[in-house]
Amino acid sequence: METIDLQTQGLRALNSTLQNTAEVSTQEYTIVNPQGSHAIAVGLNSPIQVTVEGSTGYYCAGMNQKASIHVNGSVGPGVAENMMSGEVVINGDASQYAGATGHGGLLNIKGNASSRCGISMKGIDIVVHGNIGHMSAFMAQTGNLVVLGDAGDALGDSLYEAQLFVRGTVKSLGTDCIEKEIRNEHLQTLAKLLARAGADAKPEEFKRYGSARQLYNFNIDNASSY
Amino acid sequence: MSDIPNTTPRQSATFDEYTNSEIRRAAATGIYDIRGGGAKRKLPHFDDLLFLGASISRYPLEGYREKCETKVTLGTRFAKNPIELDIPITIAGMSFGALSGPAKEALGRGATIAGTSTTTGDGGMTPEERGHSEKLVYQYLPSRYGMNPDDLRRADAIEIVVGQGAKPGGGGMLLGQKISDRVAEMRNLPKGIDQRSACRHPDWTGPDDLEIKILEIREITNWEKPIYIKIGGARPYYDTMLAIKAGADVVVLDGMQGGTAATQEVFIEHVGQPILACIRPAVQALQDMGMHRDVQLVVSGGIRNGADVAKALALGADAVAIGTAALVAIGDNDPKWEAEYQKLGSTAGAYDDWHEGKDPAGISTQDETLMKRFNPELGGRLLANYLKVMALEVQTMARACGKNHVHNLEPEDLCAITMEAAAMAQVPLAGTNWYPGKGSM
Repeated sequence: METIDLQTQGLRALNSTLQNTAEVSTQEYTIVNPQGSHAIAVGLNSPIQVTVEGSTGYYCAGMNQKASIHVNGSVGPGVAENMMSGEVVINGDASQYAGATGHGGLLNIKGNASSRCGISMKGIDIVVHGNIGHMSAFMAQTGNLVVLGDAGDALGDSLYEAQLFVRGTVKSLGTDCIEKEIRNEHLQTLAKLLARAGADAKPEEFKRYGSARQLYNFNIDNASSY
Repeated sequence: MSDIPNTTPRQSATFDEYTNSEIRRAAATGIYDIRGGGAKRKLPHFDDLLFLGASISRYPLEGYREKCETKVTLGTRFAKNPIELDIPITIAGMSFGALSGPAKEALGRGATIAGTSTTTGDGGMTPEERGHSEKLVYQYLPSRYGMNPDDLRRADAIEIVVGQGAKPGGGGMLLGQKISDRVAEMRNLPKGIDQRSACRHPDWTGPDDLEIKILEIREITNWEKPIYIKIGGARPYYDTMLAIKAGADVVVLDGMQGGTAATQEVFIEHVGQPILACIRPAVQALQDMGMHRDVQLVVSGGIRNGADVAKALALGADAVAIGTAALVAIGDNDPKWEAEYQKLGSTAGAYDDWHEGKDPAGISTQDETLMKRFNPELGGRLLANYLKVMALEVQTMARACGKNHVHNLEPEDLCAITMEAAAMAQVPLAGTNWYPGKGSM
């Protein structure tokens, strides 16, 4: 276990150390004194274990590949944006755009996530133990967004093929997003995700939302939907 | 017959033939017209400027004998590895998806032979494009299609696209008919559906956020890559200033003549400003921030020949980018396909339905049969020739103005032949020492 004090060592030294570990390294690092700094632990590319002791600013764990990053605090906008693989766990709340455009891996938010959670997601799995804000999963392409609490306005607006699972209430659905039947394969997917995220919930408690696929090809008769 | 003479039937200048045909088309289809390319209307442009040439007060340099340097370095502000180009002409971002794989390969080949860079587009970086481009700029777009940290690190520079000249404030749409298996896979979407390219980035809004986004990208790429910010010609003074403030190494400024793969005709023709009107405000912003030449300015939108390039440099740009002209050089809209353009309801030189994927030249298509018509090696050679001719033309202009580097061209080398151009370029109307607005700024 190596401890890195961000305030004394600086951001460049921190990220350089974390990015330049051997491809197969499973080394453990603890980052102390993050003090809300931006771009902490970005661009990691090996299966190292990183724990951030405190809250972070924008883009923590951005573009993560393979690494397991735990934040014992809350995170600013764009946590795990464009994540490719690995795991990011937030033991707190997340600001806007959590998991934006993520291609893979698991983003596990133990608190709430703000607006546009999972925007334009492209394969990432996101589990939010609390609530999510408005316009979440906007233009979400693939992957799974699981919400144990409630969802805000316009969930899944202009949704493509991402699967949305919400246990609580949905304030409103966005354009072209509808409630869909939850079948056995969805329950299995959900069960696995809940287990991986350590979530205390049963798959049967959730509703599934997906794309109505009415906006997939432009049609002038849909103009009022835009 | 009456002896009263008839007046000649008079067509309306307002409701002209094109306008009426568009009204009828809209009435028949119920949908606006989508097309590729940039503004086609006549606009104040570089043709409205002239070089004065040398005289008693300026000594010319000897053509073909005295050196006139064309090299340009982009990204000197923060990046560890700035890009060194042999000529001040780069290839603008155009996507794999909008263009065929072989067409992208040709752009890479041509740019590499000519010693300059090419640029990816929406849809990510293809191996053949990377492989054939010695210097490749990787676009970071709102859609983030195909975006990944490995390609970021494989790039030679990164261009954050905020807007483009054809549609400042607009997104894009790659229609389903151009979504092949490969394009669909790269974009993580099903085959055959329209793919929307968002108009805003999903994880930042405003210049303060952009500054942090740039920090993140620099941290991911070890501060090695120059970061460009591309803006459409909307509010060039303030947008350039904000891009500099956000930490750009290079500002790319695209006027409304700059092409797009596809958007609404009404958008292309009615939003944004001509590039001639954009350069001086952008340069002014750079100068006001004390950053002219420290942050490089690349301009695009309607660049066709070395004279256009030289005039853009004289107004203060460091380099230009070409898109439409590069496509024409490699075979787009070639009259040899006239019979097929006619079948598509168009004609060579006017064909702009790039989004339909039926390009007879095999360039703006994903159709395997059409793509086979296009030879990327030949296309690369044609582009390289064209780029080298343009570079020679720039040198010719610069030597005639007594400059031993193309960057030494300056506004004082120019005059304007229209009032509009004089006002936009802030150079004197020919025969005067005045331009509209002079002294009132």
